[in-house]
Amino acid sequence: MSIDPTTLFAILGMATATYLTRIAGFVLVSHVRMGKRIETALQAVPPAVLMSVIAPTAFATGYAEAGATVITAAAAFRLPLLAVIAVGVGSLLVLRVVIG
Amino acid sequence: MSDETHQTSTPFGQATAGAVTILPIVVAVLPIGLLFGAVAAQKGLSPLEVALMSATVFAGGSQFVAIDIWQDPVSIGVMTFSALLVNIRHILMGASFAPKLKRFSRGQKYVAAFFLVDEIWAVAERRAMDRTITPAWYAGLALPLYAAWLASTTTGSIVGAALGDPSRYGLDFVFPAVFIFLVAGFWKGPKTGAVLAASTIAAVVTHTFVEGAWYIAAGALAGVATAAFATDVETLAPPAPEAAFDSGDTR
Repeated sequence: MSIDPTTLFAILGMATATYLTRIAGFVLVSHVRMGKRIETALQAVPPAVLMSVIAPTAFATGYAEAGATVITAAAAFRLPLLAVIAVGVGSLLVLRVVIG
Repeated sequence: MSDETHQTSTPFGQATAGAVTILPIVVAVLPIGLLFGAVAAQKGLSPLEVALMSATVFAGGSQFVAIDIWQDPVSIGVMTFSALLVNIRHILMGASFAPKLKRFSRGQKYVAAFFLVDEIWAVAERRAMDRTITPAWYAGLALPLYAAWLASTTTGSIVGAALGDPSRYGLDFVFPAVFIFLVAGFWKGPKTGAVLAASTIAAVVTHTFVEGAWYIAAGALAGVATAAFATDVETLAPPAPEAAFDSGDTR
């Protein structure tokens, strides 16, 4: 088992880039005065980011995925996390069989 | 999310509370980690290389993208830029998160930033809506998921091929389901609906027409811009409906 030098540097490049994006926001806000508008905008960051990550999988992959997304969302307001995952995976498997 | 209602006073109690909160996500990450390791092994990465990547990058999304475009010999520049692109959303996440770390020293903030994956961040943001986050609670939240990711990806790269195609078991939907659950935790009524609609449309359109991971940044910015614009609408509108929105957080 070994580490290839090029692979090593590719991984370290990824690690550096990722960490930079993670501290950039911290550094940024320490130089910005927080107005009401910026505060409101930042409050919307969590739902906006999470939604953007899954949107193509949820709504641009197929009818089964879109259907499973709607069913999972309905479950997400009522059930604990592991149950929601079960509902999501289960409904997708059923819909893939039904829709094809 | 977590059921305990009192603020535990000892650091150990806080760390335990954090660990309890992250436990379901730790369970969910195990199959995903195994899957990642298996796919990485197919692309020619050794278990040691997989472990190194998980330990230093610790970002599921960008690691999957990297393995997806991995070639032999690999391009250092392409891998670095791809990680930057997939993770640009972290800048917004950090900006939103930083003001909530009042109990953290400067050094602790920079350590905390390393563990800022979507799931940890979203759970911590949700908690910050109700109470102050402590370093001990955050450590209890972050370290189990870090250990689980490292262990499961490395194991996956060793046992690898035996797993087969993940979509056969619907495992490709585990993380979308986790994210949908996390989104629901931030629901505050129609205002949130407008943000989600804007993010969805911008992300899907960008994903359709632009190569690469730009859709995440585009969707995030569209949602945030919608929230900022909604402030203007509220200032013009009578204040009564706004009060109704604020009391709507009753999930």
